Amino acid sequence: MSEVEAILKNLDWSPLIISLKTGAVATAIAFFLGILIAGKLLHSGRTARSVLDGVLTLPLVLPPTVIGFFLLLLFSKRRPLGSFLYEEFGIRVVQSWLGCIIAAVVISFPLMYRNARSAFEQVDVNLIYAARTLGMSEISIFFRVIVPCAKPGILSGTILTFARAMGEYGATSMLAGNIPGRTATISQKVAMVMQDQDYLTAGIWVAVIVMISFGIIFLLNYVTMRKEHQIRKW
Amino acid sequence: MDLVLDIRKKLGNFDVQVRFSTDCKRIGILGPSGSGKSMTLKMIAGIESPDDGKICFGERVLFDRKRRINMKPQKRKVGYLFQNYALFPNMTVEQNIGCGLKKQERKEVADRMIEKFHIGELRNRMPGMLSGGQQQRVALARIMAQSPDLILLDEPFSALDVYRKDQLQRQMEDFLSDYAGSVVLVSHDRDEIYRFCDELCVINEGHVDAFGETERIFRLPETETAARLTGCKNVIPVERMDAHRVLAAEWGVTFHFRTEVPQETRHIGIRAHDFLPVWGGQKENCIPVGIYRSAKLPFETKYYISPAEANGQEPVCWFIQRNRMEEILEKGMPDYLEVDEEKVMFLR
Repeated sequence: MSEVEAILKNLDWSPLIISLKTGAVATAIAFFLGILIAGKLLHSGRTARSVLDGVLTLPLVLPPTVIGFFLLLLFSKRRPLGSFLYEEFGIRVVQSWLGCIIAAVVISFPLMYRNARSAFEQVDVNLIYAARTLGMSEISIFFRVIVPCAKPGILSGTILTFARAMGEYGATSMLAGNIPGRTATISQKVAMVMQDQDYLTAGIWVAVIVMISFGIIFLLNYVTMRKEHQIRKW
Repeated sequence: MDLVLDIRKKLGNFDVQVRFSTDCKRIGILGPSGSGKSMTLKMIAGIESPDDGKICFGERVLFDRKRRINMKPQKRKVGYLFQNYALFPNMTVEQNIGCGLKKQERKEVADRMIEKFHIGELRNRMPGMLSGGQQQRVALARIMAQSPDLILLDEPFSALDVYRKDQLQRQMEDFLSDYAGSVVLVSHDRDEIYRFCDELCVINEGHVDAFGETERIFRLPETETAARLTGCKNVIPVERMDAHRVLAAEWGVTFHFRTEVPQETRHIGIRAHDFLPVWGGQKENCIPVGIYRSAKLPFETKYYISPAEANGQEPVCWFIQRNRMEEILEKGMPDYLEVDEEKVMFLR
């Protein structure tokens, strides 16, 4: 036990902070993007919707390294967009915390988008019709009727998005690298210390991420159980 | 104000094609399920767009394909009461009523409606906590808050049990009694239509089958569908033999009439209450009673009788009220059912 204590005493907690920070910022971005795009797609035609839906869901099913490949293709300083961003605005995506966030947003976005979309689709269409005959504008209907009615679905989407963003590994390691104190997230830390067969340190980080993840799943169940309760009442 | 409707829309495997115009303020649309009556209502409200035609109300053109006018539902001043009331579950009663109003007038109008509809104690409740009757009141208050020129009621009582239905119908009558605008009620329930509407449009498979005064259509439906929908239980195909005789092959009976049978008669209708039981000798216009089934209801008994000489499958449907059952119990089943020629409806 004293070994664990010794490690804990000297442990650098920065991976936890980086993971939580990345998760929070990426979730905030994915939240707004997901809701807006899901809302936009409700009104688009069938072909456009099928194609866009496929593209937007791909990050969920493709290996994260493939996403990492595409992101490097875009943002590498040796590529047009990456060099443009760096030369003109001094923005560096590769090997930076910004890279962590971009990787996490791209990977977790489909969870937010898909949950929001299916929540929107389940909103009673008569509510929207009624709102129109009552003179509410389309924007007002979206924010005052559709989004509140889809709240449980949006909430569970947000929680899953956060969990996924926080634990992202593949695309993050390719785009942001594993720079201690800057881009080294918990999942990257675990992979790194395991290369030295350091089961103890890895175990501590594994315990931390298992606890956080369990907490998130618990929260999710709690939220969806409340949703069922509401449905029964309604 | 005049409601002028001339619309066409493809719906599944048939076209909805509705055309009528009226200055009546209480209009009913009666039709079986899936006949296109709800779709008609949605097109008036602007929730659905017709493929062709026009919709005018008073001076205002709500839709005109030729002039490329398709007014948004927000601008039509048409209220729509949904069968499930469609109250916003995330808003309180007061917020529901005020949702479509401008900020400055919201409070004042909502207060007025809450008072008018006696829902003061519900003001801060969520719709999920209200009974069906309360929900209907809130939904009506929410519509009235917009002061619409026209209110559309889409099967407002169809999902209710008999007792509650009557309660809500009385409530609705009260609230509509001082409403100056027009009302269109859609239903498949003839009692509802008869109770609320002065003029009636019968729709079948997307087409207007009959249009006119409700009372007249119920008394003298001119078409097969109108007869069935207004509750005539015996509608059978007939062959017009000459100006005074028709052959009802389904029942194996030839009916004689002193009055002239209209040229275009293809069916006749006889209401289930209008038969007279006859024991003994056969008279004119009598249907011989063959095998029968009966069904007892609280206040009447229904008989489904296969006429003795029938060559069709269609039974004669005869309803007899309980206070007249004694005669049947005493004498047994009649030998014939007599038809008074004045009670026969000639149908196209």
